[in-house]
Amino acid sequence: MNSQKLGTLAGQAIDFAPQTKVERDQPAPEAPKQPRWTHIHAPDVRASVSGTAWRGMRRELKVFLGNYNALFGTAILLLVALSALLAPLLFPGDPLEMVARPFLWPGQNPAYPLGTDSMGRNVLAGIVHGARISLTVGLAATALGLTVGIAIGAVAGYFGGLIDDILVKFIEIFQTIPSFVLLVVLVAIAQPTTATVTIAIAIVSWPTVARLTRAEFRAIREKDYVQAARSLGFGHARIIFREILPNALPPLIVTSSVMVASAILMESALSFMGLGDPNRVSWGSMIGAGRDVIRTAWYLTALPGLAIVFTVLSLNLIGDGLNDALNPRFSEDR
Amino acid sequence: MAKLLEVSDFSVGFGAAQPVKGVSFSANPGEMLAIVGESGSGKSLTALGLMGLLPRHAKAGGQIRFDGRDLVGLRERDLRRIRGRDIAMIFQEPMTSLNPVLTIGDQIIEVLRIHEDLSRRQARERAIALLDLVSIPEARRRIDEYPHQLSGGMRQRVMIAIAVACNPKLLIADEATTALDVTIQAQVLQLLDNLRVQLNMAVILITHDLGIVAQWADRVVVMYAGRKIEEGLPGEVFDRPYHPYTNGLLSASPRLKADYHYRDGPLSEIPGSIVSAAGEKGCSFRPRCPVARPSCASVVPQLIALPAGRQVACPYVPAIAEKAHVASVG
Repeated sequence: MNSQKLGTLAGQAIDFAPQTKVERDQPAPEAPKQPRWTHIHAPDVRASVSGTAWRGMRRELKVFLGNYNALFGTAILLLVALSALLAPLLFPGDPLEMVARPFLWPGQNPAYPLGTDSMGRNVLAGIVHGARISLTVGLAATALGLTVGIAIGAVAGYFGGLIDDILVKFIEIFQTIPSFVLLVVLVAIAQPTTATVTIAIAIVSWPTVARLTRAEFRAIREKDYVQAARSLGFGHARIIFREILPNALPPLIVTSSVMVASAILMESALSFMGLGDPNRVSWGSMIGAGRDVIRTAWYLTALPGLAIVFTVLSLNLIGDGLNDALNPRFSEDR
Repeated sequence: MAKLLEVSDFSVGFGAAQPVKGVSFSANPGEMLAIVGESGSGKSLTALGLMGLLPRHAKAGGQIRFDGRDLVGLRERDLRRIRGRDIAMIFQEPMTSLNPVLTIGDQIIEVLRIHEDLSRRQARERAIALLDLVSIPEARRRIDEYPHQLSGGMRQRVMIAIAVACNPKLLIADEATTALDVTIQAQVLQLLDNLRVQLNMAVILITHDLGIVAQWADRVVVMYAGRKIEEGLPGEVFDRPYHPYTNGLLSASPRLKADYHYRDGPLSEIPGSIVSAAGEKGCSFRPRCPVARPSCASVVPQLIALPAGRQVACPYVPAIAEKAHVASVG
């Protein structure tokens, strides 16, 4: 009785085979024709489909470019970067040199559009040159912090277990110390040069990156494609760098723009307290110098202060824009 | 013929719990072996054990002889050389098993270049040939597409292309067609079967779909609660299921009763659910078994070898076979 019923199923099996055969055979004879086809009808449906290779990327770019705040931020940042690059051409010579009578107010002398400070130094030259140090320190400290943070976070998140426990404790040690106090102590111990300031800022900022990277790695480690990669005999390094890291990047990119902003702030704060490199002009040190005369010449603190505000604001706006564009939670079609 | 794979007394434990308890089976070169069982029967863990991909806190015991080597306790480095080259695996979810940020070509090329000494150009040509092999139309153009541009069936084909890239001797398909709809399922299984013949590889088909087993498998292993309870040729096992669990599975499967419709009456079911794998004595199917006897509570039934390679882990075979026959007639 049962065997007869099984018989019908076996019959189905025979039915299936030629049917799928036919489907499998169809593309084969079509294939040689295909080049001729695309030559004749150049912009056909297939071409439009193949044009979507960068669809994912393009959509994110579109979201970012549709965000006016982010565009505004990008414009300001480009302006700051441009002035930093062109500083030696616009204002050759040392911006710390005395060039005119002290306390020239902005607009008083067309040769010094933003006036001079208490020592007769050109404020505009100071701000333009100050952009150099702010951006260098901001970018270098972020790059360094990202490298260290990603390396430690990736190892902790990927391997887990004892290594994870040890590294998390290590990260927590840094997080329990107030970061600015640590920064001041580090710079006070070392010589205050641009390099040491950069390294010190990186030291206080990597734990955030490490924690974020660890969290991302822990989540992505369990994904099917990582398991699949493992089943294909991929080594740990390859899985970390090829499979997991590219998928963990969006939140890290967003964080890094905010990190640049906070590095610039930290550098300014250090310089303000006189702990920056004394031989280079920085926005923070300009504010610090202007503080003594804030009642009589408030523009000396306000102008470099505005430079900091706009630069940090632009980076935060870019960070928000990137977040909207890259964070899958805010995009519907993923 | 020498066995390609011989698993003997393989077990997996997580602390006190033991989801796989001494499973033994073997696979010949070029054979399609099906492992069936409900969720929690330990079939997927067995598959992961074959790949050496068990979670770190799992303890594997027993022996897995593959091509003359014991895979249990092999060093990670040696295992890595076997994975992807000698044993490959296809996973259940084609939607998530491909890395979303790499093109499918890159993913195939990467496997080829890890295991074989190929230049990028050669690997690319091989990747195109592989995509052709798994019947992806316009392979030369498709190779630069990203996974999100492909349908589920296409992605599973890409997964298969990646899995067979280095000509493995054994391919494990862990519920590889469960997430696909029925027509695509048939195509993918047909493809697997063709590749099995073309590349002379053994395929272990892990599934809970008895229709697939009946149609494609050369041999079937039924698992329940971490043990193998029945093994044999699919025709024989489905024709005369000896173990009460297999019998229950078959009568709960609507496909095998062509003239039966759900409107005619409720589909029969196996009462209860798979019991916790921890700390129970005797036969693990006893609480749900319609023909359980008092002695089932104390003794774990051993596998009984029957003619034609058939094995069953129930001492009351003749009685049950008779009863099943009567039930199906009545």
